[in-house]
Amino acid sequence: MFREAMLPVILAVALIAPPVVLVRSAGADSAGTNQGITLKSVSVDLPDPGRTFDGPGADAINGNCLACHSAGMVLNQPTMPKAAWQAEVEKMIHAYHAPVDPKDVAAIVDYLARTKGAP
Amino acid sequence: MLRVSRRFLLGQAGAMGLALASRRSFAGPAVNLPLPGGPDARPIATDFPEKGAMILQRSRPPLLETPFEVFDQGVFTPNDRFYVRWHWAVIPTEIDVASFRLTVRGQIATPLSLSLADLLAMPRVELAAVNQCSGNSRGLFQPRVPGGQWANGAMGNALWTGVRLKDVLDKAGVKPGAVQVRLKGLDEPVVDGAPDFMKSLDLDHARDSEVMIAFGMNGKQLPLLNGFPLRLVVPGWYATYWVKMLSDIEVLDRPDDNYWTKTAYRIPDTPGADMKPGQTGVATVPISRMVPRSFITNVKAGDTLHAGAANLLRGIALGGDTGVARVDVSGDGGKTWQPATLGADQGKYGFRAWQTVLTPPQPGACTLAVRCTNDAGVVQPTAPNWNPSGFMRNVIETTQVVAA
Repeated sequence: MFREAMLPVILAVALIAPPVVLVRSAGADSAGTNQGITLKSVSVDLPDPGRTFDGPGADAINGNCLACHSAGMVLNQPTMPKAAWQAEVEKMIHAYHAPVDPKDVAAIVDYLARTKGAP
Repeated sequence: MLRVSRRFLLGQAGAMGLALASRRSFAGPAVNLPLPGGPDARPIATDFPEKGAMILQRSRPPLLETPFEVFDQGVFTPNDRFYVRWHWAVIPTEIDVASFRLTVRGQIATPLSLSLADLLAMPRVELAAVNQCSGNSRGLFQPRVPGGQWANGAMGNALWTGVRLKDVLDKAGVKPGAVQVRLKGLDEPVVDGAPDFMKSLDLDHARDSEVMIAFGMNGKQLPLLNGFPLRLVVPGWYATYWVKMLSDIEVLDRPDDNYWTKTAYRIPDTPGADMKPGQTGVATVPISRMVPRSFITNVKAGDTLHAGAANLLRGIALGGDTGVARVDVSGDGGKTWQPATLGADQGKYGFRAWQTVLTPPQPGACTLAVRCTNDAGVVQPTAPNWNPSGFMRNVIETTQVVAA
């Protein structure tokens, strides 16, 4: 069951500026198409990441982790020992500057060990 | 120190407004990936811009895997099915081709601010090359390791069109004392102070005339999620170096010490980037050149072949940092091998098609295997490598089928 909320496709390839038409230069490789490539300005929307962590004790992980990545990144991980989850949370904080409230770290690791733990 | 960037907050506000307007549950098709121990189910997403049906590994920042059946359709991966991988969630969603600029600065004589028109006016090159995530197939590692849990679809082959990085550097005039070239795109970390995604190449590599700045992908502009309008192409090297939305080139007079070049994306300095789980004191080096791989694309695990009759097997191979010399196929798990016929050579860095006819002698379970040897004589290994980052898998892949 996937409860990931998605937005419908919102793709607007807007012609903000006149398209730049590429003309193949003399001596260009002949392996590709001959009509050249047209570059046009692009404006798109990315889908809403939607899904959050659920179940008891999810407040800390929802409050601290979803600013940088969607919940699916975590839910798709294999089960790992609690120490490995602790190391992941530390890596997010120290290597990637994740703004995790220090008093929430234990609750986040507990949640991961409880829902994605392994011996 | 909750210093979330202003751009992130603006993005969130926009996303929330849209979500209120049209939030819905995902109830579409899904796929099961062969990941040992799971979780193996992934949704198929169809709502990413300029993308068709993709395996949803992560929504934000997007990690989209190419469904494996796409690789059976030809050696060039269509742009709308080409896998997607971003490190940081602040990704510009609007690019104006008239105002976009590529800057060149640092240890050079003339700082440049190049428009797309400037780049289009330069001598053009074209090259087929495989772009493969360092962690392609990470989900198949045993024991499992954290990270994007890809099966084999974090790779693709395209015909790239663009200009040589060398020509751009020459235009700027590299000064004596330059040692590396650092490349950065328009994507940004969500949190202030987090390391911008940047990668560096040694100057000689950057000037080798193969490294290019691409504005064309299979004859069209790149999808935004694959790096529109400009992407670095580093033939034969893992995709971490192929900086997307390339906007800044900085020539350095010292080795790059930024996190993504110096600390991240390192592999054991051992043959095959292999080590034992839990092993300590292993020296590491930055990941660099790709290694050979090969895949069967028209038969999947659990399929039935005809016993005592000819079965067509076909697939793709890549040589890694050089061409494919040969592909061999086995119907008995690697005890005996037969050579496959190679398809057209589209360039040594691209996928090479192969096919063969296999006749299982009698009914029963049968282990198919496919093995690539590259032009440097490097052969895929029979045992999988392991490292804690899940990088550089290239074991001979096997497929369990039944002959009947």
